[in-house]
Amino acid sequence: MELAEKDAVFNIFDMNLWYGDFQALHNLHFSIKKNEVTAIIGPSGCGKSTFIKTLNLMINMVPGVKMSGEIKYQDRNILQGSVDLVQLRKEIGMIFQKGNPFPQSIYNNVAYGPRIHGIKQKKKLDEIVEQSLKDVALWEEVKDRLDSNAMGLSGGQQQRLCIARAIATKPDVILMDEPTSALDPISTLKVEKLITKLKEDYTIVIVTHNMQQAARVSDKTAFFLNGEIVEFSDTDSLFSNPSDKRTEEYITGRFG
Amino acid sequence: MKDEQTITAVQQRLLKSRQGKAKKNEFTGRFIVTVAAIIMIVATISITIFLATKGLQSFLVSGVSPIEFLTSTDWNPTADENPSFGAFPFIFGTLAVTFLSALIAGPIGIGGAIFMSEIAPSWGKKVLQPVIELLVGIPSVVYGFIGLTVLVPFMRNTFSGAQTGFSLLSGVIVLSVMILPTITSIATDAMISLPSNLRQGSYALGATRWQTIKKVLIPAAIPSLLTAIVLGMARAFGEALAVQMVIGNVRAIPDSILEPAATLTTIITLNMGHTTYGSVENNTLWSMGLVLLILSFIFILIIRYLSSRRKL
Ligand SMILES: Nc1ncnc2c1ncn2[C@@H]1O[C@H](COP(=O)(O)OP(=O)(O)OP(=O)(O)O)[C@@H](O)[C@H]1O
Ligand SMILES: [Mg+2]
Repeated sequence: MELAEKDAVFNIFDMNLWYGDFQALHNLHFSIKKNEVTAIIGPSGCGKSTFIKTLNLMINMVPGVKMSGEIKYQDRNILQGSVDLVQLRKEIGMIFQKGNPFPQSIYNNVAYGPRIHGIKQKKKLDEIVEQSLKDVALWEEVKDRLDSNAMGLSGGQQQRLCIARAIATKPDVILMDEPTSALDPISTLKVEKLITKLKEDYTIVIVTHNMQQAARVSDKTAFFLNGEIVEFSDTDSLFSNPSDKRTEEYITGRFG
Repeated sequence: MKDEQTITAVQQRLLKSRQGKAKKNEFTGRFIVTVAAIIMIVATISITIFLATKGLQSFLVSGVSPIEFLTSTDWNPTADENPSFGAFPFIFGTLAVTFLSALIAGPIGIGGAIFMSEIAPSWGKKVLQPVIELLVGIPSVVYGFIGLTVLVPFMRNTFSGAQTGFSLLSGVIVLSVMILPTITSIATDAMISLPSNLRQGSYALGATRWQTIKKVLIPAAIPSLLTAIVLGMARAFGEALAVQMVIGNVRAIPDSILEPAATLTTIITLNMGHTTYGSVENNTLWSMGLVLLILSFIFILIIRYLSSRRKL
């Protein structure tokens, strides 16, 4: 095995994934570094969602999935043996394409994670809820109606609430699968600003179809095609000076 | 040139005739469904009016006091002197079997629904679905017959408090089995139609399956789950035949669930045959029917209210 990179959160090595007989990911091999934003781009169906779901093993919910190779997280291969999913997902939060708040109060949404991980004191929960909502710049907008139902928030607010809900468990990593694709430009901008800010405390992996977004928010970019990594490098160099012809074609909009 | 013109002319004529036909079909279709709707509305309204006028006759014509009817526990309409018309024991019996059977069938039905939607979605539904359909298909007289043959002797032999075995509890158990499919199938639909991103959101935060069910899915489905229970109750309080065969049909409020009781429906079915149309006793049976109708309106209102609270 190759030497794992030191400040990496995930070391992915020779990783393959099959849905039944269909191989969706081929020999993935790269690292995701701490406190960086890693963007995953590529045409529809190339395996971006599949990949990001393996990082917190949400992929296990799909029946018939097989995986081989390594995803090293905290010095152990999460693809092998039994992994404590509760702990793993507490440390690795996830944001979905469409905001999915629970149909409960705003407060209970944010407090949900801390509660299931054992925090009971009201005071502690209050603190976490306030801090998390402040971190996503939602506190001012909702502080007077924490008890009202989260389904009443706008789409952009719902998505930021979901980010607050994810950071309330104090994760190390936040995975985002097209977090802004259902949002209007202003809400998108807010979430992007938020990502840039969250980078200081968290490692972020973001799947996006929006190349400008990848260029704006990420440090590293991986270009996926047909389940393989075509190119992985610094975002700046990938966009200004792609080394692979296919990358160039994709980012200049000639296919995909 | 000329050929082309004739062709377009023919086409236009064809088109027109097709449009004409479509218009006619449109009209016929609308006519049929409108008539169907009117028949339904007229039927419902006539039944309601008929039941209301018949049901009020015992109070307006026969001079039975509505207060006595609704609150007194004395039921002796055929007494030569001072006949009494207290239907409260039957109203009580109806409410008791309804709520108690919901209390038993509600948790079991919802439990089964959660099993099918969350625990074993692949084979759970395959096994439980036919079971539910079978339970629905069994006629109520058969339920009553089984209750009479199996449950009543069992009660008599098992509980010292149940002298005859005919009891409120026997009625409740038979009804619980009968309303179980209603509750289970509506509750299952409610659980299955929850958006899957709720489950994902919860699991992604590190929640276990049980935490997800208890803290996210059930709260999200609660209005629909309550609707399932209320619909089960609506079925329970209208059921007559099976209950009548096992409940004992006495005129008093039972002291315990092991004692016999009666419900509005069982009294109506038992007595409608031997009372003469227009007699006081016959009229009071209609009044019981009216009480049932009012109860069912209340159930409908509750269901409406619950459905309007659905957030998803
Ligand atoms: N549950 C599944 N069962 C079988 N095949 C699947 C499943 N989920 C995804 N796939 C297949 O795996 C491949 C990768 O899918 P994936 O959802 O990861 O693509 P994606 O890059 O996220 O696409 P998009 O940009 O459209 O979201 C596709 O060919 C898809 O059809
Ligand atoms: Mg995707």
